[in-house]
Formats: sequence, C-alpha cells, structure tokens
Amino acid sequence: MKIKSFRIAVRSVVMGYLLILIILPISAVYIKGFSLGWEPFWKEISGVIAWKAILLTLKLSIFTTLIQAVIGTFIAFVLVRYRFFGRSLFNSMVDLPFSLPTSVSGLMLLTLLGPQSPIGKWLNTMGIHLLYNQTAIIIGMVFVTFPFVIRTVQPLIEQFDPSQEEASYTLGAGKGYTFFRILLPSVFPGIIAGSMLAFSRALSEFGALSLISGNLPGKTMVASVFIYGEVENNNMQGAAAVAIVLITLSLIVLLLVNSFQKRRGIQA
Amino acid sequence: MRKVFISITVLLFVLILILPFISIVFGAFQNGVGPVIQAFKRPEAIHALTVTFIITVIVVILNAVIGVILSLEIVRGKWIPKWLHSFINIMIDLPFSVSPVIGGLMIILLFGPTTVLGMFFENIGFKIVFALPGMVMATVFVTFPLMVREIVPVLSELGTSSEEASATLGAGPVRTFFQITLPSIRWAVYYGLVLTIARSVGEFGAVLVVSGNIINQTQTATTLVYQDSVNNNIVAADSVALLLGILSILVLLVLEWMKNRKEGRVYAYRGKKFRKALWSISSGQPSKFSN
Repeated sequence: MKIKSFRIAVRSVVMGYLLILIILPISAVYIKGFSLGWEPFWKEISGVIAWKAILLTLKLSIFTTLIQAVIGTFIAFVLVRYRFFGRSLFNSMVDLPFSLPTSVSGLMLLTLLGPQSPIGKWLNTMGIHLLYNQTAIIIGMVFVTFPFVIRTVQPLIEQFDPSQEEASYTLGAGKGYTFFRILLPSVFPGIIAGSMLAFSRALSEFGALSLISGNLPGKTMVASVFIYGEVENNNMQGAAAVAIVLITLSLIVLLLVNSFQKRRGIQA
Repeated sequence: MRKVFISITVLLFVLILILPFISIVFGAFQNGVGPVIQAFKRPEAIHALTVTFIITVIVVILNAVIGVILSLEIVRGKWIPKWLHSFINIMIDLPFSVSPVIGGLMIILLFGPTTVLGMFFENIGFKIVFALPGMVMATVFVTFPLMVREIVPVLSELGTSSEEASATLGAGPVRTFFQITLPSIRWAVYYGLVLTIARSVGEFGAVLVVSGNIINQTQTATTLVYQDSVNNNIVAADSVALLLGILSILVLLVLEWMKNRKEGRVYAYRGKKFRKALWSISSGQPSKFSN
C-alpha cells in the first residue's frame, strides 16, 4: 500500500513537471498568439518586417540545406571510405558545432571574418564582404548545421554492402556511374532525413546569426532575431505570432522526418 | 581522384571548423597573455561564470532525477494511455527543434511580471523572469530531451526479465532499481549527463531572453561573450569564448571515450554483473560488485 501511494506520488510529480516545464510554455505561445483572434495574428505576421524576416529565414535555410545535402554526403562518403592521416580526428571534430555555445560560434565567425583578422583584412582588400549580409547568414547556418547530414548518412554508407558496387564495376560501370546509380539511391533517405533536421535547425538558429547577420530589419534580420527584438520591445503579441509560425514549421518537419524514418526503417 | 576527394574534405574542415576556432585563439592572445587574464579577472566575468556554474549544477541534478524516472515511466508505465504516450514523445522532441529564443519567450509569456502566474509568484517573493529560477527553467526546457532520449532506447532494449528475477528473489523495488536497473542504464545516464552539462553551459538564446542579461546579476558566460562582442571588446569576448570552446572540445573527447566504453559495457552488465547482483540479492549477502 505504501509503495503504491509512493508510486502515484512520483508519477504525479513527474507529470506535473512535464506539464509546467514543457507543455504549459508551448501552449502559452499559441494562446498568446491567438489570444485576440485571427485578425491580430495575421496583422502581426503580415507586418512588412515580420513577413520579410520569415521569408528571408525560409529562403536562406533552404539554401543552407541544399549546401549541406551536397557537402554533408560528400564528407560522409570520404570519412567512411578513405583512410588518411587525421581521419579519426576529423571524424570526432564533426560534432563540434553541436557542443559549442551558439554565441561562441557566432563570435568565432565574427573574429575570423572581421576587419581585425588577417583573413578579414585580405577579404576586404579583395572587395569581398562576408559579414552583416545574407552571405554571413548562410555561413552561420552552414556552421551550426554542419553535423546533421554527415551523421545521418555515415552509418548508411558503413552498412552498405560493397558487393553491389563490385557487381557494378564487374559489369563495366565507372566509378562515377556506380556512385550515382548504386550507392546514392540507397543512402538517399538518410540525406533527406539529415537535410530536414538541418533545415529545422537553420530555421531556429539565433545565437550565431545575431552576431554576424547585422540584424537590419527587412534585409538581414532572421525570424529568431526578430522574435528577440519584439520581446525586448515588449511586443509579446508579435513575438508569439512569429514564434507560432516557426514552431509549426518545425513540428511539420519533425513529423515528416519521423514518418519518413518509420517508412524506410532507418534510425537517426 | 582519391587524393582530390580527401583534399576537398580536409579543405572543408579547415574552412568551416578549424579556421573559425583558431581565430578566437589568435583573437584572445593578439595582445599577449595579460589581456586574457585581465578579461577573466573582471568582476562581471567571475560573476557570469559563477551563474553558469550554479545553473548547470541545478539543471544536471533535476534532469538526472526526473530524466531517469520519466524514462522508466515512458518505457514501463502501463498506466499511460497510448495517446498520452505518443503525445509525451512529441513533447519531448519539441525542444530540440524549437528555437531557443522561443523557449525563452514561452517562459516570459507564462511567468512574466504581467501574467497571472508571474504575479502570484512575485507576491510570495519568488521572482522567476529576469532571475535565476527562470534561467534554470529555460535551461531545463532546452536540455530536457537529452537525458530521456539517451535512456529510453537502452531501457526498452533491456527488457524486464532481470528485474523480475530480482523481484522474485525477494528484493524490494528500491533495491532492484539501484542494483539492477540503474547499473544497466548507467552509461546512458552518464552520456545524457555529459550532454546536459554541455548544453547547460552553452545555452544562449533561451537564457538571454529570460535573464534580461543584467550585468553582475543574471549574466551567464555565453551572454557575457555576446555582450562583449556587441560592445566590440573582441579580446575579452574571445578569451571567455576560448574557455567555452575548450570545454566543448573536452566534452566531445569524453563523449567519444564513453561511446567506445559503452559499447563494451552493455553486454558486460547483462552477463557477469547481473549474475553477481542477482546472486547477492538471492543469498542475502552484501553486494560484491564495486564500481
């Protein structure tokens, strides 16, 4: 009897904890965003700066995702298939953007490309500006989403049975043909899953971008920085409205990845 | 072809990861060691590092206890209806994909000074937003999935036969938990803890929004880095960032080491250690296995 009531107490505490720390906060955003009905919600979203911030974030995230899909697959392939000096070091380095605080990531790029560093100076004399513009945002997004595609594709290439490729070679196919027709199709689900995760992360990135994007409203301000600005200006309605758009997008991506992985039977 | 591919890969790593990291090393030490030491001696730097430390300790303890219990309930709890089960699963994944800024916004919307809950807590003298409790909540929100996501797969793979054996042999639930369940999920717990530490130390967006970034009060190490770089005090910013960066590398090394060990350990526990634990329970003699 004692044990039973203890168990019930523990369960209530855990569920209450989940309720207060996860579920209530998320519903608070939706409640706040829609608290005055649809019209004010749409008014906040369709405000020029908010709308541009969302569009810019979407556009650059898609761009970043495409870059990651290509270089991520490429790096995963090289890390699995080739043995070279420093390979395991590079391999453990892949996760660095995950473990670095995002403000530190932003500062790294700021220091590297800023006018004080030799590289920044050299780029400046060449007339290339990689800070406080859309290129800067893409650089920041590529940095923080670096591990996703590599880490989802790597295990798939490792598990891939090389005899299929050997068969292709035996039948006279070249290396490129074999890669694109044999290996790539079978790791494709991994590329998609990793890209979606990278996309979702790029959408939500704040720390790194707030330091290097310049945050010009309507030009280089991404959605998460916009939300931060609205919070600072105490416009919670506007912050919540844009937050709802972002959360809903992330949820859709999350559900897509889940269903995709279930269907293909891959584990992230 | 091989050489070209390897060179491109190395080049990508250098450009994307290595150069940025090296740049803060040079940025911090560009005027010698003195300014770096000076940067850490600032009262706000010491305060910020202390705040980060306090938050991390609280969050790690909370996540460890609640994470283990919640994972047990998710895997073993037959009382949870199916719809609630999948709902909890989505809710646990959500903090991963929600922007940290939104995480902070949520807590302000819920406990901010103008809300019902916020006013209630303020009246009883417990300030949440722009104070430590809110920052802890924000960090918990962001780190919450790490622990559960590590433990749940191990726990569901483990099955209940060992625990049933232990119960049959007369051990109470508490003893079974500490001698059978906990040792077998030990590495998952450690792994989750290291991830939680890394994320708590490194959390920026959520904490920035909730804390208000008040110097010498609610400023953390990451928000100090942000403040310093916004103020164009690059040497100081790089110095603190370098410390955080080195910590991140350490975390990666520890995780790598654990991964290698964990793989060897899971089966060891199922074999020898389990038999030993079960034996000690059934014979009533003190446990012989030590960590």
